[in-house]
Order: sequence, then structure tokens, then C-alpha cells
Amino acid sequence: MSAHDNGIWSWITTVDHKRIGVMYFVAALVFFVIAGVEALMIRIQLWRPENDFISAATYSQMFTMHGTTMIFLVAMPMAVAFFNLIIPLQIGARDVAFPRLNALSFWTFLFGGIFLNSSFLFGAAPNTSWVAYANLTSIQFSPGHNVDFWVLGLSILGISSIMGGVNFITTIIQLRAPGMKLMRMPLFTWMTFVTSFILVTALPVFAVALILLAFDRFFGANFYEPNAGGDPILWQHLFWIFGHPEVYILILPSFGVISDVIPTFSRKPLFGYPIVVYAGIMIGFLGWGVWSHHMFTTGLGPIADAFFVASTMIIAIPTAVKIFNWIATMWGGQIRFTTAMLYSIGLLAIFTLGGLSGIMHAAAPIDLQQHDTHFVVAHFHYVVAGGVMMGLFAGLYYWFPKITGRLMDERLGRINFWTYFVGFNLTFFPMHISGMFGMPRRTWTYAAELNIALPNMLSTIGAFIFALSALILVYTIIKSAISGEPAGPNPWNASTLEWSIPSPPPHYNFAEIPTVRSREPLWREDERREIEAVTLKVPDVEPVMPNSSYMPILLAFGVALTWGLVMTGKWWAPLIGLAYVGVCILMWAFEDPFAKKGA
Amino acid sequence: MSDTAVATDHHYTATGLPTWKVGFWTFMGSECLFFASLISTYMVYKGASTTGPFPADVLNIPLTSISTFVLLMSSTAMVLALDGVQRGKKRLATFWLAMVIMLGGTFLGFQVYEFNHFVHEGLTISQNVFGSTFFVLTGFHGAHVTVGVIWLTVLFIMSLRGKLEPADALKVEIAGLYWHFVDIVWIVIFTLIYLLQ
Repeated sequence: MSAHDNGIWSWITTVDHKRIGVMYFVAALVFFVIAGVEALMIRIQLWRPENDFISAATYSQMFTMHGTTMIFLVAMPMAVAFFNLIIPLQIGARDVAFPRLNALSFWTFLFGGIFLNSSFLFGAAPNTSWVAYANLTSIQFSPGHNVDFWVLGLSILGISSIMGGVNFITTIIQLRAPGMKLMRMPLFTWMTFVTSFILVTALPVFAVALILLAFDRFFGANFYEPNAGGDPILWQHLFWIFGHPEVYILILPSFGVISDVIPTFSRKPLFGYPIVVYAGIMIGFLGWGVWSHHMFTTGLGPIADAFFVASTMIIAIPTAVKIFNWIATMWGGQIRFTTAMLYSIGLLAIFTLGGLSGIMHAAAPIDLQQHDTHFVVAHFHYVVAGGVMMGLFAGLYYWFPKITGRLMDERLGRINFWTYFVGFNLTFFPMHISGMFGMPRRTWTYAAELNIALPNMLSTIGAFIFALSALILVYTIIKSAISGEPAGPNPWNASTLEWSIPSPPPHYNFAEIPTVRSREPLWREDERREIEAVTLKVPDVEPVMPNSSYMPILLAFGVALTWGLVMTGKWWAPLIGLAYVGVCILMWAFEDPFAKKGA
Repeated sequence: MSDTAVATDHHYTATGLPTWKVGFWTFMGSECLFFASLISTYMVYKGASTTGPFPADVLNIPLTSISTFVLLMSSTAMVLALDGVQRGKKRLATFWLAMVIMLGGTFLGFQVYEFNHFVHEGLTISQNVFGSTFFVLTGFHGAHVTVGVIWLTVLFIMSLRGKLEPADALKVEIAGLYWHFVDIVWIVIFTLIYLLQ
């Protein structure tokens, strides 16, 4: 492998988990900026009553693409970026279990994201919201290609996520260093493990929902067609059976990040480690039993309503357990308020608020009032933009030095955090109020008589501060990557294995695989010396790593091509793509990843 | 199928299991949810069709029982093929692999005939909800069988050219896991669609 090669082709053909992680992160950041612009369009339109900045049709495209992009192209891939960058380092492995499959996941994700966004070029961006309820999505009510781009784009992204989930479950089960028992794994690895299980089980349900919709649209099936006996509510069930576990796919990685960050900057081991692990597993399980709380207004009947009210309230318990454990970890610790720590505490505070408003509409009678109002928009932005994204940015400031070898600028970081915190709250807190006053979601304007001009104006001002914060973040990343202070192997004096190797890590990560004897190996003097003796040395012979390969990008292109050909509406067209995919898979199967070059 | 896992040290893994096998079991867990969703959709829509043909009008239990038997027998052949590879009996392995392919192909032939016949009876994917659920569920199952047949054909060719050593048994074992899984799914489908009308 040409490890020190830095040309464009070396990135396109790479199977190195660190490079794939960097590409995931950069792609997610680009999509973050795109989704931000869409959000600003929404906020400008809602700046004053009866505004006509954009049309109702464009507004629909904006909120649909904002939601879809933030969830599938920003929050999920940014979490996967950290899975890639950090998991092998945390468990003491040289790469993930299936390096080429990992590259395939990335390219499939990227092509899926491009596919989805290419809809703008055709003036046919998806416009039925990120939940795309049937039968608004039927040919009859959505005759254009808008929904086609959505349904096909998301099924490409789903394939990527399932492959990623399989890879990380296998990696964590199989490639732990000697002595790294399950109950010694860092919390981020644990939460990645739980998240991966949700990925491989929830995504296929979504895949089926999408397949049924695709068959309705392209081949005239009747799954969501009431005239033929189909039931549009089926879509809601399938969508939310996926969609609620998806919420935990989003938040658990962030919980994992701050469970590593808070102990590091409190100089204390995580309080109640096993309980935090069990709470995370519990959330993963219970997340499957709450989906219909999104559907109280569909009239499920009192028994079903009561069940889902109860199950939804129960899930607050393991979540609260985690929150108390983080607080207890900080209690009496020597806290250092680095940017990573600020973001972690920010998550703690904001996610708690989002959780509280969540418990409010867990109660069906209250939900009937709040359903489809801006109150719900406020709630899930507190959970996702406040919770998930802050956790991911905590991870960015925390692990950036490990990956690049340079510290991020802490002064800019603080400015970034506080503009984020202020902008976020100014944007979303007033939505609680406008929502309570009855402002509906997904409606491009509002009447002056509703008396919600002030909260909307505040939200719009907040959105621009929020956007400023995002620009500061991008600037900080670029500046720090070029001219940040050298970090050294363990700048934060953290306890876990990834900090025992040089920053940036050599392409083989560990010169020799260390043996782990405790949960905080680097905080025990004798164990640290023992580990660093093997992880910091330069090996006489470099470990053999798999060759780079063209197959992942070629195969991912085939997947996108096949899905694109479905849109022609000709039944035989996708078969051309499938044939190409088949050839790629065969070439893949017979490619030897360890073949000697130039022999 | 030869994506050699990056073991830390030769073939060291934390559990001692082959990495490929762990990965494939995980993938099959995912497949379970995939078919569970399709089957649930079929069950939810049972009796929901507003126009015919209805299941009782077209489903032919004796005929499908034969094709089900053929598919189940292919699993037996698969077990024997794996046994042949593991024990280094190349000709035996090649023979049984050919049998799996032939039996799988026969099952697909029955399915093509059945689909064709139903369309002539007026049951299409857009005719009613029964048509939509039936064709999509059994169609995706058939697609899985097709993938299995192609996969096994590749192994068959390798075996024919003497390239399946006992050391390669894992490749056949994983193809076998997939094949048995597809079989089990068919048992569920056959019971729910054909037997419990």
C-alpha cells in the first residue's frame, strides 16, 4: 500500500478507516452547509406575516430537503465519521473488519446524497416533508419526479447504512485487543455497538416502506392506494417503526461521545459505568416500542394510545439515568472547560430540555393539541440540533488533535460554542411559544392576527447567529488543520486506548497490539507504561495492510446507476445497472486485498 | 466473498470465530427484519382486496407443494456439498453443488410458471392489493433465490476447476447459511400465503 501517498487517487481508492472517516466528515460538513442555507430560506420566509420571499412550492422543497439532509446526510454520516475515525483506535485494531466494504459504504452514501440533491437541477426537489406521508406521495397527488428522487435517494442511503452497521458490529465483536472485554470498552464504542444494531434492524423496515412506495409509483401497485383496499396508515407504521429507532441512531453516538469527554475533562472515571452501558442498551430496546406516539392523531383507539403513552414515558427513565450519571461524574471533579467539554455540557442542558418537552407530548391528549405545530419543531430541534449536533461537535473538538496531529483553536472554539448556544436557543425557544399559539408546521406563511410575529422574528435573528456560528466552525477547522499547535499523543491526558498512539496515527494504527487490563488503561501508571512501550515504538517491519482498491467506488456507482435507471419507468432499464453491479461484485470477490504490487 | 478480514495478528479475533461468519450472521439479522416487514404487509392486507382474483381463485397448493419440496431438498444437497468440501472430496462436492443449483433453478422455474399463469388469470401487481403484496413478497424471495443460484454457480465453477480446498470450506459454509435462510423464509411464506388462506 502506498501509505504515504497523498494524491487524489489514493483517497478515491483508499480502504483506510481514518481516511474514510475524514471523507465522511467533510462530506457531512458540506451537506451541513447546504441544509443550513435551506433553513435560512425557511426563516427568511417566516420573518414577518404574509411574507412572499419564496413561494409555497419552494417552501415545501426547502423544509423537506432541510429535514432529509440534516438527518440522512449530516447527523448520521457525521456520527459514522467518528465510528470510522475512532472505533478501531479505541479497541486496539488496525482497521475495521471489512475495509473494502467500509469504502463501499462511504461511496454509496456520497452518491446517494448527490443523487438526492441533484433533484434541484431538475427543479424537482422532494417536497412532501421528510416523513413523506402516503398518499400525498402517490402519482395522483405528486405527479412530478420530486418523490421519485426522495424514495430512490433514500434507498441508496439505506444500503450504505446497513453495510456500515454490519461492519461495525463485526469490528467491535471481533477485533478488540486482548484483554478488552466488553465491559472494558469505552462508552463511545459501546454506543456505536448499540447504534449499529439499530441500524441493521431498523433500516430494512424503512427499505420495505420505500420499496412499497416505489412499486406504487413505478409499477402501479396498490400498497398505499385506498381505492384498491390499500391503507395509507401502513406507511406511517412502517415509517415510524424505522423512524423512532432512527432517533436513537442519531442520539446514542452523541451520548457515547460525551460519556468519553466528560470523564476526561473531570479527571474522574465515568460514574456508574455499567449502569450507563445498560441504560444505552435499554434505550436501544425500548426505542422499538414507542413508534405510534407519532400517530396519536390517526385514531388508534384508547388501548393502543395508552400503551404507547406508557412506553414513551418509560424510555425517559434510562435517558435520565444517563443524565444523572454524567452530572455525578462531574461532581467533585477537576473540571476543565475546553470547547469539547462546553459542547458536552451544552448537550446535557439542551437535551434535557428537549426531553422534557418530549414527555409533554408523550401524553396523547396534550399531543393532540401540539401535533403538527411549531411546538413539535421546537422539541425535536432541542433534541437533534441541540443534543445530537452538540455531541458530534464535542467529538470534533475532542478527537481532531488525534486525527490531524494538531489542536483546534480553543479561543475560536469558545466563540463557536457560545454563538452556537445563543443562536440555537434564540432560534428554537420562541418556537415553543409560536407553536402554543397554534402556528402549524410545513406552512409557508401565517396571518398577522395569530400574534406570532415577534417569536418568528426572534427565531429568524437566532437562525442568522446560528449560521454565523457554523461559518466560524468551518473557519476554525480549516485554520486549525493548517496551523494548529502540535498535539502530541495525548493532549487531554485521557484514559482510553486511542490516546496511546501517535497523533496523527500511522496508517497501521498500532505497531503492536497492546494488552488491556482495565477500563482506564492510560490512567494507571504501570499499565500506561506497558502499553506505550508497544504503541509508541516504530516497528522494524511495518504491519501488512490491505491494498487500496477501485472496486468500492465502481460498485457504489453501479448502485446509484441502477436506482437512477428505475426512474426511466422502463422495467428492463435497471437490469442494465444490475448487470454492471453483478460484474463488479464478481471482480470484487476475486480481488485479493493482500496481493503483492508489481509482481 | 474473499474480502479477507483484517485480523490483528494472522487470524486472531477476540471471539475466536471467523470474522466473515460473524459479519454474515449480522447481515442475516438485517434480512430477517426485511422479510418480516414484507410478510407483515401481506398479513395486514389479507382479505383487503376490493376486486378479484382472490387468493382462493388462483393459488394452487399441490403444485406449490412440489416446488416447496424441491427447495427443501436443495438444502439437503447444500449440507452434503459443504460436507464434501470440508472432507476434501472434490467430485462429491461438485456433484452436490450442481444438485443445489439444479433444484434451486427448478424452484425458480415453478415460480416463473406461477407468475405467468396468474397474469393470464388476470392477477397483476396493479390488479388489487392481493396482487401487489403477493408479487412483491414472493418476487423478493425469488430474487434472493436467484442471487443464491448465481453465487453457488460461481462456487460450482471453482469446484469444477479444483479450486475449492478444505481450507475454502468457509466460503461454501457462508453460501450455505444464506441458502438455508432463504429456504426458511420460504417455509414461512408458503405457510402463511398458501396453507392458511
